[in-house]
Amino acid sequence: MLLSGSGKGQPGAVPGWVGYALLPVLNLVAAFVLSGLVILVIGENPVDVLSLLLSEALGYPEAIGYTLYYTTDYIFTGLAVAIAFHCGLFNIGGEGQAYLGGLGAGLVALALTGWPWPVVAVLAVLASALFGAAWAFIPAWLQAKRGSHIVITTIMFNFIAASIMTWLLVDVLIRPGSQSPETREFDPGVWLPSMDRALGWFGIAIPASPLNLSFLWALACCLLFHIFLRRTRWGYELRTVGRNERAAVYAGISPARNIVIAMLISGALAGFVGVNEILGVQHRVILNFTGGVGFVGIAVALMGRNHPVGIILAALLFGVLAQGGGQLSFEYPTINRELVMVIQGLVILFAGAMENLFKPQVEALFRRRGAAAAAADAATGGRG
Amino acid sequence: MEDALLLALQLLGATIRVATPLVLAAFAGMYCERAGVVDIGLEGKMLAGAFFSAAVASATLNPWLGLLAGIAAGVALALVHGFACITHNGNQVVSGMAINILVAGLAPTLAYAWFQQGGQTPLLPNQARIPAVELPGVEALSGIPVLGPVYRELLNGNNVLIWVTLVLVIATHWVLYRSRFGLRLRAVGENPAAVDTAGLSVAKLRYQALLVTGVLTGMAGSYLSTGHGAGFVRDMTAGKGYLALAALIFGKWRPGPTLFACLLFAFTDAVQVRLQGVVLPGIGVIPVQFIQMLPYVLTVLLLAGFVGKAIAPKASGIPYVKER
Repeated sequence: MLLSGSGKGQPGAVPGWVGYALLPVLNLVAAFVLSGLVILVIGENPVDVLSLLLSEALGYPEAIGYTLYYTTDYIFTGLAVAIAFHCGLFNIGGEGQAYLGGLGAGLVALALTGWPWPVVAVLAVLASALFGAAWAFIPAWLQAKRGSHIVITTIMFNFIAASIMTWLLVDVLIRPGSQSPETREFDPGVWLPSMDRALGWFGIAIPASPLNLSFLWALACCLLFHIFLRRTRWGYELRTVGRNERAAVYAGISPARNIVIAMLISGALAGFVGVNEILGVQHRVILNFTGGVGFVGIAVALMGRNHPVGIILAALLFGVLAQGGGQLSFEYPTINRELVMVIQGLVILFAGAMENLFKPQVEALFRRRGAAAAAADAATGGRG
Repeated sequence: MEDALLLALQLLGATIRVATPLVLAAFAGMYCERAGVVDIGLEGKMLAGAFFSAAVASATLNPWLGLLAGIAAGVALALVHGFACITHNGNQVVSGMAINILVAGLAPTLAYAWFQQGGQTPLLPNQARIPAVELPGVEALSGIPVLGPVYRELLNGNNVLIWVTLVLVIATHWVLYRSRFGLRLRAVGENPAAVDTAGLSVAKLRYQALLVTGVLTGMAGSYLSTGHGAGFVRDMTAGKGYLALAALIFGKWRPGPTLFACLLFAFTDAVQVRLQGVVLPGIGVIPVQFIQMLPYVLTVLLLAGFVGKAIAPKASGIPYVKER
């Protein structure tokens, strides 16, 4: 009500919050209604299932810790996709970059047994950024110099990363004498402290969960992301290339250079998933720890409109889905983890690809209301 | 000599079997991309086709009903893609991605609920699978050198869908370059405004292209689960949709080169199966993972080197908004 007044005086105006709040919510509702239908088909009660999902994700402190732990991953990959988007690139390779980032963080942690954890954490952040960026560099360079389709090359690099990591874990890094393909556990002294431990130092007690200090790093990345894009010359150049490559060339900005820079930052951001997962939670390098975070990042960036605040909110939503959805299988024997992917897919479809689904109707509604209000104003004005 | 010939023929036979779903998917992508709709969701549509045809075939024990169900699933998803990208001008890559994730979740979810076998369909008995074509005269020709083995190993015993695919490849070439529909299809992918000015509906043409895409991807999935395999297993497409896309780009969106690219990928796959565990002189055993990544590395190399700048249909990926 407060904001609808801003459209006063110009009957055609639609308030801004319709675009970035109302329409996304409508799209979400549509996605959840369809998810409910799928749950009905399976033979369960959708309302029960979805409310259990919510309460398992947000209902008690431990659950919130788990949700925020998933959110951390999604913030990193969301930012990664978003920075590439700002440069007009589609980075579908977040999955592989995150996988390699985890390798970087893991190698640091394995090598630095006995070092204090803050040093290891800083070096692991650097290593994961380096590995992630390196994995993004080749597709970026091929796009910039050879025009190779970056969507395809990043997808291929996901597959190649998966093969290389399997080989490393099966043949090279595997703990001697072990059967399962994973490295030895890191020395507990180098683990990234979990949030409950860190807050414990300040006398604040929260229940144990995988949530760790990388969550704070994710929030810091959001801030750095914003400063880089909006307050530095590099960010300006990058966005110019994304908006209009030809204009950038005339302005003396090199598209090739910016494509590579955007992808390096993107890969580094995706690589930070490795810090959260490997250094913070798993404490060893394992197979497939990424589990689709790179793809969810695309949805997060889209829903968050490539803006850090939006990305945090969207990452939270997908964190809720991941945590709540994962818990469902314990309660319902007919439901398994893959239901989360169904909901994710539908959310991406409605919030990402069909974002304009309800736009014409909603805007028409607001225009009619605006026009009616203006007419009423005119009528009272004429009388006075 | 005889052994070498046999080995070569077996390799070629395997190549054809592996290539079939790739060719179907790549040609499916060719129709919609030539019409200006990028479809990264080939993978998801194939997976849906594979699941629904295996599910229906297992319930009815009729492979043809299964094939129909697979095609229906592919078409339904293609229409969803069209609804998002054509009707609502949505982002085509995002829509395709969404479909991939949706199906990767939906197929095992439904399989889990319907068949209670951990996300698979039951193993299909032979009568529920799409049959192979046994050609006549294998015995009579077997005495003839070269021709006999070629006939026996390469031509005989291929799945019905392999022959259908062959027909479709030739038909696609004809449709794209010789038919009115194909001309319009290519026009709508290059310059939709011109097509619109000529009084044709851009949306209708793109929907028609997507229908073909749906049918072909559904068939590809059906081949995987009821022709080549005997039932649906989790993630059974394993990136074939993406490889098909790569083949399409490598083939520069043209039928002949695309077919060649698919055969090349399939050949590396057939070779990699045989290379596993083999000791190469001077190198030793190549880790299996390196052999498995061959097609992907090859794709990147091809995109980087041979193709250079891949020139897509001009309007590909751009929603068409009529000027008002």
